[in-house]
Amino acid sequence: MSADKAINITLKVWRQKNADAKGALETYKLDGVSTSSSFLEMMDQLNEQLINEGGSPVQFDHDCREGICGSCNMYINGQPHGPASLNTTCQLHMRSFKDGDTIYVEPWRAKAFPVIKDLVVDRSAFDRIQQAGGFVSVNTSGNTQDANAIPIEKDNADMAFDAATCIGCGACVAACKNASASLFVAAKVSQYALLPQGQVEAKDRVLNMVKQAQKEGFGPCSNTGACEVECPKGISLENIARMNREYLAASLSK
Amino acid sequence: MSEAKGLIKSHTVKKYWMGATGLFLCLFLVGHLAGNLQLFLDGYEGRLQFNEYAVFMTTNPAVKILSYVTYFSILFHAVDGLVITINNRKARPEGYAYSKPSANSLWSSRNMGILGTVIFVYILVHMQNFWYEYKFGETPYMMSEDGQSPMLLDGSSVNGGMIENGEVVKAGESLGPAMRDLYAIVIESFQEPILVAFYVLGMIAIAFHLIHGFQSGFQSLGLKNRKYGPMIDKLGYAFAIVVPLLFAVIPVYLFLVK
Repeated sequence: MSADKAINITLKVWRQKNADAKGALETYKLDGVSTSSSFLEMMDQLNEQLINEGGSPVQFDHDCREGICGSCNMYINGQPHGPASLNTTCQLHMRSFKDGDTIYVEPWRAKAFPVIKDLVVDRSAFDRIQQAGGFVSVNTSGNTQDANAIPIEKDNADMAFDAATCIGCGACVAACKNASASLFVAAKVSQYALLPQGQVEAKDRVLNMVKQAQKEGFGPCSNTGACEVECPKGISLENIARMNREYLAASLSK
Repeated sequence: MSEAKGLIKSHTVKKYWMGATGLFLCLFLVGHLAGNLQLFLDGYEGRLQFNEYAVFMTTNPAVKILSYVTYFSILFHAVDGLVITINNRKARPEGYAYSKPSANSLWSSRNMGILGTVIFVYILVHMQNFWYEYKFGETPYMMSEDGQSPMLLDGSSVNGGMIENGEVVKAGESLGPAMRDLYAIVIESFQEPILVAFYVLGMIAIAFHLIHGFQSGFQSLGLKNRKYGPMIDKLGYAFAIVVPLLFAVIPVYLFLVK
């Protein structure tokens, strides 16, 4: 564990008053940032400084601050969630930066993720994709079956679980040169496609979710693999291949 | 009906076509390379074999069908790629002030449109150099080994025959089209260093296009998985290096040796 020290940094943060306003990068100096603080704690420190100076604080999304909720979404120095891998913005620590560094902080950029204010984007497109088929319909008649009554192959269960670790943060979209949501959609399709419970609605699910993603304005998948590298949960590209496979089979038969 | 329309507009379906035509064109490259490697054959025998091969490639009905499928694939791949590139751009109207894409992806993966455009220009020049010259240009005629008699398409020489309007004529009677000497055109073309450099550059573009394209085709069609994925990646790399390299060696060899 590196010793706690304080660094001075320069921040270039995207400021945008509202969805319709034209935004710009603003430059802020921030001194005495503990290398043990998280990136969001550093942003809190910046906001305190801004409030004390009579300015308006930088708006950003955050909730759990432990890498589970998928709320924090900052494009830091040219990468979603910053330079470290397999982490969300809240899990990024200031020890990843050096004294005197200039750090760019921008919102996710995608047609389907419009900026609401500063670093906050509207990610309800993901909700609508999920609502298009990312569920299993269950008729709860009062005698729900024990899920473990259906045997599931260990490999498939593991792969489904890996896909289900997607927290919907949108880093895949932010990283993709086409702002494609393929990794997100593929994870949501795969987590059901690999399980017996997901089979009944499998065809409609993949057709509707893929269709919805395109309708929201997410781009095509170029298979560059950027999403997999930047995904805080390490969701694999093989999910996208599975989605393509499922979509092909579904569109030929349905 | 609306579902069918949706399928035509679907990003995913466009990528299926991209992958299918791209992988078909990989097969075409192997066939084309096998033909080109005959240029390494020496002497009159080599010249005759290459020219007979050129006759086969332009007259065989099965080859003809394949060549139309190839033309279609190239054009469809190009147009589909253009449409996809436009859609790619549309999805991010406002870009980042500072982006570091090299941290998560290969240059070739991000620039398939540019590489494809270079390759398309290369194909046009290449078709003009040889295909157009052979079909419509002033290609010389293939003669028998002693240089005296013209030859028919089946490789037989006609003693005392003459060539008139591309036909072998003997005693006022036409015996059929005369064999042309494509080999001579190829050798002559690659005495020009600029053209040799252009062909080598074209192959470099194809190599980078394939580094991404080969495995990407399989991925788009959903043919990659945990078991075969790594093998497809390795095969793609090998294909992307070996095939364009062998293609590129030919003009360099002809420039240096012939």
